[in-house]
Amino acid sequence: MATTTLWIGTRKGAFALRADARRRRWSLRGPQFLGHIIHHIVQDPREPRTLLMAARTGHLGPTVYRSVDRGREWREAPSPPAFRAAKAGEPARAVERVFWLTPGHAQHPGEWYAGSSPAGLFRSQDGGSSWSPVAGFNDHPMFPQWAPGLKTPDGELLHSILVDPRDPKHLYLAISVGGVFESVDGGGDWAPLNEGVAADFLPDPNAAYGHDPHCVVQHPLQPDRLYQQNHCGIYRLDRPAKRWQRIGRAMPARIGDVGFPIVTHPRDPHTAWVLPMDGTKAWPRTSVAGKPAVYQTHNGGTTWRRRDRGLPRASAWHTVLRQAMCHDGQPRLGLYFGTTGGEVWASTDAGESWRCIAQRLPEIYCLSAARH
Amino acid sequence: MACTVHVASPLREYTRGAASVHARGHTLEALLADLDRRYPGIRFRMVDEQQRIRRHIRIFVGTQETHDLRQAIAPRQPVHLICALSGG
Repeated sequence: MATTTLWIGTRKGAFALRADARRRRWSLRGPQFLGHIIHHIVQDPREPRTLLMAARTGHLGPTVYRSVDRGREWREAPSPPAFRAAKAGEPARAVERVFWLTPGHAQHPGEWYAGSSPAGLFRSQDGGSSWSPVAGFNDHPMFPQWAPGLKTPDGELLHSILVDPRDPKHLYLAISVGGVFESVDGGGDWAPLNEGVAADFLPDPNAAYGHDPHCVVQHPLQPDRLYQQNHCGIYRLDRPAKRWQRIGRAMPARIGDVGFPIVTHPRDPHTAWVLPMDGTKAWPRTSVAGKPAVYQTHNGGTTWRRRDRGLPRASAWHTVLRQAMCHDGQPRLGLYFGTTGGEVWASTDAGESWRCIAQRLPEIYCLSAARH
Repeated sequence: MACTVHVASPLREYTRGAASVHARGHTLEALLADLDRRYPGIRFRMVDEQQRIRRHIRIFVGTQETHDLRQAIAPRQPVHLICALSGG
């Protein structure tokens, strides 16, 4: 059986937790890149020895590192994601952070996508060494409206880049704040896909864009099924429909349906997990009432069940960011999340029970499972 | 004529740990280009794709700070590449 390694990107460097065969013991490696801000670490499913890492430091500009030996050694991309030079009169966009990495289609080895802040979409066709802006999105005539350069604390974040496993030209992406967008021609043209999604912070309840998707996932075996954890609720969309259904309405009212991450079961499109956070008043974004819990649906969001066995019963003010929850794909599915308080929590029974497998790490920005 | 470039610690992963290196150029732009030839990737960490010096990088030619890549560099004039950031 393949063993699981959890790659942990933090505000202060990268760490790895390696499991034994039964995932009972975890050994911590690292830090690597101590002091660097790590936004995403992703294994290449087409070439499992390869990993890409999106990084920067407080001082230095953003870049991408690549490892071809399971994360032992890393080399910097000679040509990291960057916008094209601005023409006269245009805003001079510069990548501040490479925020998201997505491997390309299985038929396109070496292809990767990256999302940035301020919002930008980039593509590599050589395994992540050199990157080019995707003009069809970054220079789309509607781009200034879709991503007007809002001065949110981290800027507009482009994330959740999804490649349809049936069709490499069918892409989705999300911008927080901006909305979900779809392309059916490999990124040449894009259209908003936000019907049915609330945007309580906008004056127009039927706005076509300007929404705040926090995380969007596509089921690998049923790619017409999308789940979205939004700033304003949890949604499901079954294509070719275009109207999202707010499945978070079925969450307990005292918990609400606000959160950052959402994870779907790799073999069951009806199963998904969320980690609700407090989105009331001043938006603390911590676990509701200081009692962290995962909520699970087995029926596409018709009903939800609380899963908190092993999690702290009180006084645990966790925040779990959008890239910091994942599964490991193992037959007995492992689920994991990392907190901004530097803890990693694991479940090896698909969310039924949880235990803490790492503490006292720096603020966790991302968590991803690699199988070797 | 090569001048001495003093390199702040976050950038020394490019200079193989060296705190000062040599590079050539009559302007800051030319000097950074030469530096990038010798230490690939170092320039983009300091200067963005719109040719602006990044927010937390300060560059001194001699004792004068400059934000202009066209800044002239006199022979043997030292250049300091400084990383400046507040917060934890």
